[in-house]
Amino acid sequence: MTTKKMAIIASKGTLDMAYPPFILASTAAALGYEVQVFFTFYGLQLLRKDLSDVKISPLGNPAMPMPIPMPVMVQMLPGMESMATMMMKQKMKSKGVASLEELRDLCLEAEVKFIACQMTVDLFEFEKSDFIDGVEWGGAAMFMGFAGETDVCLFV
Amino acid sequence: MNFDKEFDASGLSCPLPILKTKKALADMASGQVLKMIATDCGSVKDMQAFADQTGNSLLSQSEESGKYIFFMKKK
Repeated sequence: MTTKKMAIIASKGTLDMAYPPFILASTAAALGYEVQVFFTFYGLQLLRKDLSDVKISPLGNPAMPMPIPMPVMVQMLPGMESMATMMMKQKMKSKGVASLEELRDLCLEAEVKFIACQMTVDLFEFEKSDFIDGVEWGGAAMFMGFAGETDVCLFV
Repeated sequence: MNFDKEFDASGLSCPLPILKTKKALADMASGQVLKMIATDCGSVKDMQAFADQTGNSLLSQSEESGKYIFFMKKK
């Protein structure tokens, strides 16, 4: 049996959108898939050593369940983003949902390959030292080389 | 049922029960049996899917007062 392969493009850097790539990558690896995740644009935030900038906001996100109804004019006040993030993280912890750091470590342990988009690293002037160890740097052609041979290919 | 190793994933949500099952199986020998306990009801279908895709056999699964108990035999 040949090894199945999965490729994911992670392009978002908010707390909610950080989960799908890490959950699917770690699970696919546990199922025996060879997995590569290509991080581009805001998705690059998910490869930084410090994930404290990965937040969630109720602003522009009308589907987000809130403990009490909150008008948009209130959502935009300073500190609301940090508060929403703190509340979401507490909720996740109480429900036994893994932290992003934990899922990311499980991916690395399972030999999921993380690729950071070189163009967006340069665009945002990120330092390579801001990123976790084990990240590779690459471009669209490098991603296509792997993606073209995959069984599952997702854009998040 | 006899088993060689046991771990409790109670309180953990998807995908942790599966990821930890995979880890627990890693240092077991072929033919050995793992007992896994979970409270995440999604793990019932996930454990079956894990077994189908990895070739490890799910010998049994049962529910006892909100806890799901699985016995899995390593391929």
